[in-house]
Amino acid sequence: MKTRTFLAFVGPSVFLMLLFIAAPLVSVFISSFQVTQPLVEQVTEEVCTPGFLTQTCTTETVTRPILDDDGNIVTQTEWVGFTSYDRVLEPARAWEAISSFDYSALMQIDFWAALRFTLMFTLVTLPLVIGVGLAIALAVNNAARSIRGPIIFVSLLPFIITPVIGALSIRWLFIGDGILVLALEAWLDRDLALFAQAWTIELMMLFYRVWHVAPFAFVIFYAGLQTVNQDTLESAIIDGANRWDRLRYVIVPHLMPLIIFISLIHLMDSYRVFDEIVGFTAQAHVISLQWLTFDFLQPDDAGNRAFSRAAASSMLTMVGIVILLIPLLRRTWRDHKGSSH
Amino acid sequence: MMLKRLALAGAFGLVASTAMADCAYEPPMEIRSLSAAFEAWNAVTGAWGECGNVNAELDQEFRTKQPSAFAANPSLYHIGGVANGTITPLLNEGTIRPLDDLVAEYGQNLSPNQLIRIDGQIMAVAMMVNTQHLMYRSDILEDLGIEVPTTWDEVLAAAEVIQEAGVVDYPLGGTMKSGWNLAQDFNNMFVGFGGTFVNPDSTPNVNSEAGVQTLEMMMRMTEYMDPEFLVSDSTYVQQQFQQGRIAMANLWASRAAAMNDAAESQVVGLVQTSAAPLAMEGGVPATTLWWDGIVIAANIPDEEAEAAFRLAMEGLDEAMVTANNDAAIWLVPGYQPTEMAEGAIATATASPPPPSYPSSSQMGLMHTALGNELPAFFTGDVSAEEALAAVEAAYTTAAQEAGLLE
Repeated sequence: MKTRTFLAFVGPSVFLMLLFIAAPLVSVFISSFQVTQPLVEQVTEEVCTPGFLTQTCTTETVTRPILDDDGNIVTQTEWVGFTSYDRVLEPARAWEAISSFDYSALMQIDFWAALRFTLMFTLVTLPLVIGVGLAIALAVNNAARSIRGPIIFVSLLPFIITPVIGALSIRWLFIGDGILVLALEAWLDRDLALFAQAWTIELMMLFYRVWHVAPFAFVIFYAGLQTVNQDTLESAIIDGANRWDRLRYVIVPHLMPLIIFISLIHLMDSYRVFDEIVGFTAQAHVISLQWLTFDFLQPDDAGNRAFSRAAASSMLTMVGIVILLIPLLRRTWRDHKGSSH
Repeated sequence: MMLKRLALAGAFGLVASTAMADCAYEPPMEIRSLSAAFEAWNAVTGAWGECGNVNAELDQEFRTKQPSAFAANPSLYHIGGVANGTITPLLNEGTIRPLDDLVAEYGQNLSPNQLIRIDGQIMAVAMMVNTQHLMYRSDILEDLGIEVPTTWDEVLAAAEVIQEAGVVDYPLGGTMKSGWNLAQDFNNMFVGFGGTFVNPDSTPNVNSEAGVQTLEMMMRMTEYMDPEFLVSDSTYVQQQFQQGRIAMANLWASRAAAMNDAAESQVVGLVQTSAAPLAMEGGVPATTLWWDGIVIAANIPDEEAEAAFRLAMEGLDEAMVTANNDAAIWLVPGYQPTEMAEGAIATATASPPPPSYPSSSQMGLMHTALGNELPAFFTGDVSAEEALAAVEAAYTTAAQEAGLLE
């Protein structure tokens, strides 16, 4: 292809990517090294608030931002270097905890607790999603043609449900006297409180994510299974390969590029785990990196937001995703180079 | 939420055609309002709707939206529904206007108690008070021969008796969902023990004797609660009451009416209210006082502000209160307190009275720090002192970033 034609084709998408991906990223990167603060003054005010019958007036010293002539808050922006990263990571406290082998002290630092859960969540769901997806795909592929349609439809349902709604419905099944809790209590003959400790909530979140994403893997694998070379399969049968051998030596190698593709997508998605934390109100017990960023951004009743720490925390999340993807990207790159020769 | 808004819009449509005559004032331009979505706001915005030409938005996320919406020029809303906790960013950014002139001209029906004065200027008009106070199952207490508790020690003793009798799943309920709710429960108990949150120089002051006493008392309470208390918010506690699963809780006055809602509640007529219990002898009730009311945006033309204020007064009149007497503890003249309001009134008129929620930039940061750091204490990961030290550290970091501390 001529360079000119090539540029004309990719130009628009490169432009949009620069505008909507690169530019925001750069601005977040810059603001993670800056802190913007309002200039404040101490004011003594008399504040009168209602009781039921009469008012109580108190004189208080309050902090108010200084407003300029146009009524806007006067702010100052400073370059603070890695201060915000330091406040998020708390490296000194973390190192102290690590060097004294004090795991629970490390888990008291929000970032490290979030990183622990996020990594665990990502790495545990990955093989499960691929395994369950492949299993459904094989089952559907081997099912009689007449019932394939309904099976595909039912298996795809979890993927169609909006993530937050799915999380909420599972939460309602298991919270308090939810219907499944009552069933489990009757079966195990004991009182259960699934939202009272971290590990049960984590189990529910893992279950939910696999339930939700496995259909995606299934669809891709099912498409891949349609292209398996039948001659190779038949010759494998003639060579005496049983079902397991055929899966291991013929089908899985054939699906390998798809497995890598699904792994890439899944790593990127699940490292940003957020819906589950909100849906299961898990923040008392477990938080994720994305939730941490959200929490920094969430204004309190007085309107304060921690923009700078939020920027630092999202940059750290991005770095984490990149590190996780490196092995897979390297493999894809090798395969790509290998096939082009 | 959307559904509620639609239903409300539909209701407006219905009343707008028939009941326009009920309204003494019809605004010449469209007036927009943003408020919370609880029962009292339904009542007030419904009354505004009768005047036509009103676009009322009721949204529980109002506290997130309001500061930016009012900072726009022109402001996206004329009227804002606020509480004493959420007025701070509007005051800080100067996006609401002083109402002295408008009150003088159109506020004849307001009682002086309703006027929120900040440094001499009227910045808001309150319509109701709200507070967390004791609600209890009168039948259970009577059956077991328990006096209505007035201190938290008595509450715990009563809870022990109820636990042994085994008449409900859990003797106590608590709004202890991690985050805002848990922090607010801490605040209530903390003021009951005489604590102050922040020193005059903005440094934190919760890692104190009062702080430790507060956490110890709350931990003792949790022994009588549903073990899932860290996900339990006001609605959850309300439902626990309605389904007869708990016997006592320190719950918002605005939730009292729901106990007698026959459509939802299995305990109609069995729940009564009393003053928030004391944390210590001679102290204030372990709770904070809140008010809800209206503000008018600064970034709108004066004639629109005038129209908005006159409309607001239409909604805050005696007719609205008479029609919705039980929806809140109204400050509006014409309110007849019912039995369910006894607890809130006893709390607000206690001597010494509980403080108003001390809203400020510092308190906003402290509230967040408490909500984020205290759960570790209740899951048993850290001691009370460690948790409070973590709160102070989190507060200090946030205050430094916000420019309130060096």
